[in-house]
Amino acid sequence: MAIPKHLQLEFVTPERAIVHDHVDEVELPGEEGDFGVLPGHAPLLAALRTGEMWYRKGSETRRAFIAGGFVEVVPDRVSILAPVAERAEDIDVARAEAAKRRAEERLAKASVVDFDAERARIALLRAITRLQISRQGRPPRG
Amino acid sequence: MPSLIDMRRRIRAVKSTQQITKAMKMVAASKLRRAQERVIATRPFAGQARHVLASIASRVDEHAHPLLARRTGGATLLIVVTSDRGLCGSFNTNVVKAGGAFLAEHAGRAVWLGLVGRKGRDFFARRGIPIRFEHVNLPKAISFADAEAIAAPAVADFVEGRVDNVWMVYNEFKSVIQQKVVVEPLLPLTSVSAAEEAEAAGTDYLYEPSPERILDVLLGQLVEAQVMRALVEPNAAFFAAQMTAMDAATRNSSEMIDSLTLYMSKLRQAAITREIIEVVSGAQAQ
Repeated sequence: MAIPKHLQLEFVTPERAIVHDHVDEVELPGEEGDFGVLPGHAPLLAALRTGEMWYRKGSETRRAFIAGGFVEVVPDRVSILAPVAERAEDIDVARAEAAKRRAEERLAKASVVDFDAERARIALLRAITRLQISRQGRPPRG
Repeated sequence: MPSLIDMRRRIRAVKSTQQITKAMKMVAASKLRRAQERVIATRPFAGQARHVLASIASRVDEHAHPLLARRTGGATLLIVVTSDRGLCGSFNTNVVKAGGAFLAEHAGRAVWLGLVGRKGRDFFARRGIPIRFEHVNLPKAISFADAEAIAAPAVADFVEGRVDNVWMVYNEFKSVIQQKVVVEPLLPLTSVSAAEEAEAAGTDYLYEPSPERILDVLLGQLVEAQVMRALVEPNAAFFAAQMTAMDAATRNSSEMIDSLTLYMSKLRQAAITREIIEVVSGAQAQ
């Protein structure tokens, strides 16, 4: 089978479709580590963690925040289904900073095994990741 | 017989009511457009999720998953989604009626309620039916976090075996002039049919970390996406219903103004005629 030239990227959340485009390369934060997808990738189903994804179309790279979910990869298509995700330019920096402060305050007060502490830790991770993505205007590679 | 001044006052009152209903109609129409966009935006997710579920189903025994467990004999949780505000015709009445019919159908069995929206809460609060949770004052722009907050207690009840089924009743947004009440099961999730499974079985996937883990993530999201839909659809349907109701109210008040104006003209004409007769008969008498 010939290797396809492009990847059809479908990136959806229950709230809206984030990306619907033909791209050349996608990199995703898998639960077991980041991985890249090029056209012709073997069929794959992978769970995702909170982190950063990016995709490249020609020489242009775009970044997005992603919090969990999973991805289906077939040789010519990548379908990402995430409960929460935002394009880098859509991240609300003020909100993320406020969330970061709130989470840090709660963590300072809570005991180690607390359920709330766990939630605060997740919130903190999400806030920090969002801030990192929105700060780095430039793509990670190239 | 009412005086001319009384009539004028009434017409003015109806006119100002009409101005309000007209304004509400316009507001509902513009909010409807945004709500409608949100409904359309939520649709691709569920389709994609079902597709992936079909391909996993051929690889793992999906019936072992707690969200697909079929049990009978225990309690049922019914989630009723209504609006917080009124002035929308029979929008909430229809949902409440469908909820009542569901309760009548399951008479003798334990049914718990989960209420979303003030109108449904107010109706069922006085019926003595056990209420599991209630959510009022939902934001206009419903986010996935809202859906998660509503799905979480229902999923917990189901997984921990307190209820055997979870159903939802809500208004579906068919079109601007049509809303349809749907009563549908949420849990246990319906698994894929053999045909769907066979169609997807052709691709041999790598799983990372494991098919079971993917299934777990997928099913959790599927439930939340379905709840999300049951919140976003009524949100759009509400504005559609309100727009239709306010349009009818505006038309009715136009009719009322017409008939009141006609009556007032008759009154005025009668008064003029009477005065002329008085003048004429006075002149004749001299």
